[in-house]
Amino acid sequence: MAIENELPSVVLSKVAVSETHGEDSPYFAGWKAYDENPYDESSNPSGVIQMGLAENQVSFDMLEDYLGQHSEASIWGKGSPGFRENALFQDYHGLKSFRQAMAGFMEQIRGGRAKFDPDRLVLTAGATAANELLTFILANPGDALLVPTPYYPGFDRDLRWRTGAKIVPVHTESSNNFQVTTQALEDAYERAVAMNINVRGVLLTNPSNPLGATIQRSVLEDILDFSTRKNIHLVSDEIYSGSTFYSSEFTSIAEILEARGYKDSERVHIVYSLSKDLGLPGFRVGTIYSYNDKVVTTARRMSSFTLISSQTQHLLASMLSDKKFTESYIKTNRERLRKRYEMIIQGLRNAGIECSKGNAGLFCWMNLSPLLETRTREGEVALWKSILHEVKLNISPGSSCHCSEPGWFRVCFANMSEETLEVALKRIHNFMEQRKTPSV
Amino acid sequence: MDENKLTLDLVEEWFVENAKEAILGGGGGGGGGGGEGEELSISGIAAYQPSHGLMQLKVAVAGFMSQIMENAVSFDPSLMLLTAGANPAIEMLSFCLADSGNAFLVPTPYYPGFDRDVKWRAGVEIIPVPCRSADNFSLSIAALDRGFNQAKKRGLKVRGILISNPSNPVGNLLNRETLYSLLDFAREKNIHIVSNEIFAGSTHGSEEFVSMAELIDSNYLDRDRVHIVYDLSKDLSLSGFRVGVIYSFNNNVLAAAKKLTRFSSVSAPSQHLLVSLLSDTEFVQKSIKNNRVRLQKMYVAFVAGLKQLGIECAKSNGGFSCWADMSELINSYSVKGELELWDKLLNTAKLNVTPGSCCHCIEPGWFQFFFANLTERDIPVVMNRILKIISCRIILPKQFVIDTGEGWAS
Repeated sequence: MAIENELPSVVLSKVAVSETHGEDSPYFAGWKAYDENPYDESSNPSGVIQMGLAENQVSFDMLEDYLGQHSEASIWGKGSPGFRENALFQDYHGLKSFRQAMAGFMEQIRGGRAKFDPDRLVLTAGATAANELLTFILANPGDALLVPTPYYPGFDRDLRWRTGAKIVPVHTESSNNFQVTTQALEDAYERAVAMNINVRGVLLTNPSNPLGATIQRSVLEDILDFSTRKNIHLVSDEIYSGSTFYSSEFTSIAEILEARGYKDSERVHIVYSLSKDLGLPGFRVGTIYSYNDKVVTTARRMSSFTLISSQTQHLLASMLSDKKFTESYIKTNRERLRKRYEMIIQGLRNAGIECSKGNAGLFCWMNLSPLLETRTREGEVALWKSILHEVKLNISPGSSCHCSEPGWFRVCFANMSEETLEVALKRIHNFMEQRKTPSV
Repeated sequence: MDENKLTLDLVEEWFVENAKEAILGGGGGGGGGGGEGEELSISGIAAYQPSHGLMQLKVAVAGFMSQIMENAVSFDPSLMLLTAGANPAIEMLSFCLADSGNAFLVPTPYYPGFDRDVKWRAGVEIIPVPCRSADNFSLSIAALDRGFNQAKKRGLKVRGILISNPSNPVGNLLNRETLYSLLDFAREKNIHIVSNEIFAGSTHGSEEFVSMAELIDSNYLDRDRVHIVYDLSKDLSLSGFRVGVIYSFNNNVLAAAKKLTRFSSVSAPSQHLLVSLLSDTEFVQKSIKNNRVRLQKMYVAFVAGLKQLGIECAKSNGGFSCWADMSELINSYSVKGELELWDKLLNTAKLNVTPGSCCHCIEPGWFQFFFANLTERDIPVVMNRILKIISCRIILPKQFVIDTGEGWAS
């Protein structure tokens, strides 16, 4: 149609057409390969096994049992008038009973070593929304957050896309198990200053994704001291806190603040979610816990863009206030994750592959650098591709996590059955065996 | 209080009878190996879902939207995105269609929430396009054009028009002719149109509702510039469930907005419940019909009540409220006068009404009264309270009015 060609097409915004959503990285491309050829034990045994998705399926049965036994209460919340409240409630404060249940759950996970005030909890539809929302509040477009590498690839999108904020990476090294050092923080800060970028905060993930390890107490103290010295914010994303294999090995920033008598705590904000610890990503339940009144108020208002359905709040309020259930769930979940971790570490070791020391999360951080043709990002991507297409395993390359050393990969182990994990380990074993035999 | 409680009882009835099955699946706990049983089991609803909504729910919502628009248009589920409510939908479109510092033309009076949804984080300016009581607050293209030119003079780039149809707070329906004129205008200026149709199922009275989608159906040229927003909760009394819709014919907008839905997804168990509810066609039909009948009744009764107090309302054909002219009853014909009366209505009469200035109405003295969260029995109570406030004003000179906090001592 000739007329159509003459008309200028209607333009979209810069945000809409930008690549900052970051979804063109291998992290997401691997998922595509999985989507096109997903492994199934019976119907597609040679399909791609998804080891790039940090989802917790090891404890589903416990949730199923609970909901099966408590369905009425769960759907409406205990006692009537459950339905009406459910249906109409859309206050951005969130249901008080749900906030109380969440605060209690977060305390349980930390073994009672920290206390949480339900009125400081702001609810969001997932941690993804919580991180973006905090960034909108703490930083102006062009400002930066310091984020230790390697970090969750989704941060490139969640922290930067609509907010216009920047990420300045804080480099870590395998030589000390990728721990954050004050020196690395200072270096990152100086780099930002040199580029004329205003640093507004540090964003940590503790336990770390993709490392699968908790941050040591002394390191947390150092990071808090650094943030105080520079007078910037500290965001602690603790969504894997309930997935630490041994409860005592996790220290929350909340504990450190408590030990310091909450002095100077207005710069600290914690993000939590039920997607990982409870294995309920589909429910879209996230929360911001802030020690800063202004942040709480603003975040609450902003949460109107990302509210949790009232029905979901009711359902979970019931479940999370059942202390007997949560106690048992948390304990069993930790044990099962630990067992899985030990299984995969042993399996990888048998194949001649070492991982960094881990004690939490739904994944391990695997070192394949000896296999690289060239110790470069390109070499890593090439290796990743061959693992995806030949071995049919979707694992996440360290470069998509901005790791400073090539050759590291994140391998998820909790989003599948034990049998499937065996199959995956076998494939890895064969892959390593084949590489030993000289090619003809 | 823009809630619709009028069909709450019907929905409640449905839930009591059906919801447990809907959320957990028949036989509980993923018994059957079949696809449907699995989807409704805990593992089906717990796992990561597409952030822009389950296809099943989109299909159901598309059907529902078509039904409430009297089947004048059919909606394609693949052009739909689901969001946690309508306000993130408006915000997402603001991010996708305009850059920070650009502007949208918005007819006034408009829903106060737009200031937050469009301006706050997306940084898009709103250029108000005034509508006047003289022609029942109808939208004129001439006014749009003036707004466009004013923006240009201020150095603001207009990227789109945001209309509400039925409008809020007035409750006007935009007729076919006006919609075509809007399209012409948008084409001429090469800008977008966002049509906020969240009250489409809440029309009452005799006028015909025409969706922008109906015009675009047969018009290939303008498809890329039209985007529709809908809100399931308005018509189903389910505001707590948070289900908004972006419907667009523009693949680029869909692609960008799809990625943004990550920040604002609908909870999976809620989605599953809604799939069940919407597929109960008998219930849906009953609900749509009842909603309209009850809204009509309440609207007529409420307007009549106000008329008895000497308060006229703008002619409305949709929504949960009426738009009342209390300009004769304010101290001074100004925003100050209006807010003084509002203060009395809120704090003395304890009626939560919205003053016209919050809606950017250029004529002072108009107020938005919500009636959809009331029953017929409440109307005389409301009217009584209003009477007490205004009789203090009209009958007695100011020096004889003693404000005891109850508003009617003299």
